Amino acid sequence: MNGIVVLDMALLALILMTAIGAVEVRNLYSAIMLSSVYSLLMACFWMTNDAWDVAFTEAAVGAGISTILLIGTLVLTGSIETVRRAVSWPALLVCALASAILIYGTLDMPRYGDPKAPAHTHPLYSGFVKQDIPKHPSGRSAADVAAYEAAHPGKSHGPDFFHGHVPNQVTSVIVTYRAYDTMFETAVILTAGLSLILLLRGRRGNPQRGGLL
Amino acid sequence: MKNNPIMRVVARWNIPFMFVFAVYVQVHGEIGPGGGFQAGVIMAASFILYGMVFGAAEMRRVVPRRLTDILAAAGVLLYAGTGIYSMLMGYPFLDHVAIWPGNPGGAEPWGMVSVEWGVGITVFAVMMTVFNEITEGTDEAPLGTDTEMVPALHQNKTEIN
Repeated sequence: MNGIVVLDMALLALILMTAIGAVEVRNLYSAIMLSSVYSLLMACFWMTNDAWDVAFTEAAVGAGISTILLIGTLVLTGSIETVRRAVSWPALLVCALASAILIYGTLDMPRYGDPKAPAHTHPLYSGFVKQDIPKHPSGRSAADVAAYEAAHPGKSHGPDFFHGHVPNQVTSVIVTYRAYDTMFETAVILTAGLSLILLLRGRRGNPQRGGLL
Repeated sequence: MKNNPIMRVVARWNIPFMFVFAVYVQVHGEIGPGGGFQAGVIMAASFILYGMVFGAAEMRRVVPRRLTDILAAAGVLLYAGTGIYSMLMGYPFLDHVAIWPGNPGGAEPWGMVSVEWGVGITVFAVMMTVFNEITEGTDEAPLGTDTEMVPALHQNKTEIN
């Protein structure tokens, strides 16, 4: 058993305890802080699994901005949960069923780090490893590079290991290979902001405007 | 929190570093972890911290809502504009080679930088909008004034800095 697995187990145990604490605690301020700690521990867990971009996003969004926004909401709501609902058996049943289905689904997944897993044997993946996924015909061949070098001395990228792609694979995929996807994600964020402006701006505490709140 | 000297001092010392770190993440998006989304979130967090400590109205004076409205749309426009530029140059939509024809290795980082700035600007502006709309109407009593927590300081109007 290597050290990373031990560290992962310790982190996962802490994550589980924090999650249960965040659900159980009645002080909402404590609940927000526990969810922030949960996100930070998750970021550590992603880091030990070499998922740097996921870890970064989890730390910036989960532990950072969402904590701040929840504290901002707390000012309007008060900090103690007043109503403690009894256990709702139908809801518990639905949650248990959904969890069972998800766990059953994970049984079909390959073992962690299995080199024969489809993700590692797919033809596209070997292209990623070699970084020669076709992008644009110009400038890819050695002859094209030589022609560019002749025209612009010292400026050509050269047929290097990354074949003209940037070294960070994740950003390379997100911003070039899946550029459409990322563009519409940005549009979704803009839509969320626009909805907030349309629904909330200038309406709170102003009955003349027929506000929602 | 406005009258809490510890919060004021810590915030004043931290905000510049958060700001610089956000810019670092933004401009290193194409070679390291992170990128426009994370940079926008960190940038917004630094301004929101300012708003929480010194009052939402004060934050709105520094970053007016009109500015964030414009920036939110401008980010998407920058992203889509990068794609439209490729089309005008005769390449497929969002093919970054159009920025530096004949040198894909040089063009891709520039295309990424342009696109990442678009994402970063939009995310920053929308996060500011979320905070602004949540805290709207609390201008009179700035967010987390906490007068009951530090009554002595509030009465004395103790000002640090």
